[in-house]
Amino acid sequence: MTMSDNHLQVDVAIIGAGPAGLAAATELRKRGIKSIIILERESEAGGIPRHCGHPPFGMREFYRVLTGPKYAARLVEQATNAGAKILTRHSVTCILPHGELEVATPNGMINIAAKRVLIATGVREKPRSARLVTGTRPQGITTTGALQSMIYLKGLIPFKRPVIVGTELVSFSAIMTAFKGGIKPVAMIEKNNRITARHPCELIASFKHVPIYFNTELETIVGTSKVEGVNVTHNGESRMIDCDGVIFTGNFTPEVSLARLSHLKIDPASGGLEIDQFARCSDPAYFAAGNILRPVETAGWSYREGRTVGALIADDLENNLPTNEPEIFCKCEAPIKLVVPQRIIPGQSGGFNKLQLRVTRAVKGKMIIEDDHGIIWQKNMSVIPERRILIPLSSLDLKEGTKILKFYFKE
Amino acid sequence: MSSETGIDSSRSGAKEREIYDVAIVGGGVVGCAIARRFVLEGAKVILLEKGVDILSGASKANSAILHTGFDAPAGSLELQCVQAGYKEYLEIFRNFNLPILKTSAYVVAWTEEQLARLPDIEKHAHQNNVTNVHLIDREALLKSEPHLSNTALGAVAVPGEYVIDPWSSPLGYLTQAVLNGAAVRFGYDVAGGQFDGDTWQLKSSTQESIHTKFIINCAGLYGDYLDQSLLGKSEFLIKPRKGQFIVYDKSASALLNAIILPVPTERTKGIVLTRTIFGNLLLGPTAEEQDDRSNTSVTQNELENLKIAAENMVPDLKNMPVTATYAGLRPASECKEYRVFEYQEKNWITAGAIRSTGLTSSLGLASHIFAQYSKMTKPHTPPENIKTPKMPNLAEHAPRDWTQPGYGEIVCHCEMVTKREIDNALSSVIPAHDLSGLKRRTRATMGSCQAFYCSARLAELTKNRLSHDLSIARNGDDNE
Repeated sequence: MTMSDNHLQVDVAIIGAGPAGLAAATELRKRGIKSIIILERESEAGGIPRHCGHPPFGMREFYRVLTGPKYAARLVEQATNAGAKILTRHSVTCILPHGELEVATPNGMINIAAKRVLIATGVREKPRSARLVTGTRPQGITTTGALQSMIYLKGLIPFKRPVIVGTELVSFSAIMTAFKGGIKPVAMIEKNNRITARHPCELIASFKHVPIYFNTELETIVGTSKVEGVNVTHNGESRMIDCDGVIFTGNFTPEVSLARLSHLKIDPASGGLEIDQFARCSDPAYFAAGNILRPVETAGWSYREGRTVGALIADDLENNLPTNEPEIFCKCEAPIKLVVPQRIIPGQSGGFNKLQLRVTRAVKGKMIIEDDHGIIWQKNMSVIPERRILIPLSSLDLKEGTKILKFYFKE
Repeated sequence: MSSETGIDSSRSGAKEREIYDVAIVGGGVVGCAIARRFVLEGAKVILLEKGVDILSGASKANSAILHTGFDAPAGSLELQCVQAGYKEYLEIFRNFNLPILKTSAYVVAWTEEQLARLPDIEKHAHQNNVTNVHLIDREALLKSEPHLSNTALGAVAVPGEYVIDPWSSPLGYLTQAVLNGAAVRFGYDVAGGQFDGDTWQLKSSTQESIHTKFIINCAGLYGDYLDQSLLGKSEFLIKPRKGQFIVYDKSASALLNAIILPVPTERTKGIVLTRTIFGNLLLGPTAEEQDDRSNTSVTQNELENLKIAAENMVPDLKNMPVTATYAGLRPASECKEYRVFEYQEKNWITAGAIRSTGLTSSLGLASHIFAQYSKMTKPHTPPENIKTPKMPNLAEHAPRDWTQPGYGEIVCHCEMVTKREIDNALSSVIPAHDLSGLKRRTRATMGSCQAFYCSARLAELTKNRLSHDLSIARNGDDNE
């Protein structure tokens, strides 16, 4: 690493010190890459698990059950011990072509020139505004992530009787977080007829005596300065739930605010960075890993993806990655929500060996993949939203000259 | 800072018998501009606001456009004030460190019928003395706005329409008033008053008295009520018109250069698409008439309709995330003109129904009202050495605080708000008293994550420093 005044030159700059970024740094150091910096905008490294004061984390990485903060601390320690340098309170403000970054620090602006950059800025939950929810805008409306950092990081309590919107895995984390802060959620509401998370998550709700209302949608938020209640519709009938807060859970969206203002391509389907199977972005100096690729996977998944992509960046620095041509573009049709990676270089092994897919609604039928000439893959399946679908790349017979792979469902 | 500022309405004692030259009722954009003008002219001013902060009512939501007046009714007071306000803003903004984004605007025709009306809009603008307004054809329009839908048929170009900071400008006006001697009282709800032929004695709902020789009613959405309750009559009726807005992600602002205005209808200026000074893209407002003077809820239906309208104008907006939604009420009245009334026998002027154009016109309106006031009262002596505040820059196109070393930490990452900015906003001449005031003074939580990342740190930093804490308790506190 060389530094002159406000200019820093490194082999690899990693944006985001969460599970994916820390894992990639660890892997890169193991592969002998010398100068690696991780740029973290928060005052502490560790990412989202830091906010999650409850288990289970780390079973596959550390062979034991840890709480989020302990898991985060282990990842930070691992990367630091491996020799990666973590710079906290460093906010990347501009992503420029060929690995040039502008970074704000409390001591002034710096420029970083990196041979490769890994973007690992994770996900966040979709807030109330982006969901276009009807009603007033009083205090007491939050997301699980915000609630977790309030309770676990700062010991602050925003309300006592909130309604939880959604039943994803994180929604049940919201229940556990709430109880940790002495908050008693009055209900969970779910628009479908089953919870989105896997069994036995619903037991968390019943154990804590939080009723789950199915087929129920949030209609209006009521309250002037503080939340006073919510109107919901259940099977077309309206009713009021008395509460003093609303927790919007899940409905994750990749944190691409920075990338959106750059030259890098965003995939409208996943909402994340568009990559090939070697995790390269539209500018091959940039890579992406973790939940910036798609909503949403576990911390453990992001960690393993970080390790994989760290190894790919090392390969690339050793000139061992294929050129990014020719490419086949993956295109999905509803109810398929996303396919990651979006670009495939045919005839290559290595890189991501599985395609990751998601659907927008519960669907039963035949998933079909078609190239320019016809069907190349099909399988009967029954899938529901927010569950990963994995298709091994090796199971696809990709012909030379193919431009587009079409993914669709026959119900 | 005057000891009068602050939200503590119980403070009275010796101050009680103080007699002000002018009490301004209402701390909206109009009230702030009038307070400034009167102080600069030498009057002893108190501004009374029932909310905990300025701009708590109608001024809370607007399109933040500095209007040329090209489309204002010919010969109207609105036109006169808009043009005077426009001119004065251009004279003072640099001294206040206020921003301006010289976007220009296009009034775009989407139908043959609208296209046929463009020459009249141009002609009207020229009559209003906005002489650089001109017609442009479809090709020129699409060349200068390549993301605009190619269904656009033509436009009137209005080069002088700009975008400004709708929040820092009025805050700057009132800050200047306070720096030069004005008093401000928040949480003061005028509940009654008596005029003895020389002096008004106002009473708040908590029985606090204010003595003043003159009253200027800038009570916005409640202006007609104030006239009724203290003068016994009102010559106008406020008909609140709700406007819902959508704020798109910052990346969407790259899709447009100029402000895109519709061809107006009789009732409303219509839906506008404009970049904001903060680097976003703003869409709105709707125009929904309602009786309620405080309900500013947003509704999913209308927001979705707004989005569809915007995507028809700029198709690339389809993939753009929504950052925020909000709604405000415009104090429209039963006719399309400002309603300014002078009651000499009561030492009273009412500035009512200052609708959509108030942000631009406020400075002009303030001078107009001072001129009317001067005809009724003895002259004042303007102060020497007028102080002008330097407002913290919130504009995206000018250097923000984070570009300067020593900011401590970034608290809100989406809007790059620093701890230094938060601290300053909590201790400025007119400090933030609640979250909403802090948001508007700093932009904290206003970005794409809407407080997912920063709410906890913000709650911690502001603990015991706001009238409504962001948290209700600390974990482990004995609370209940």
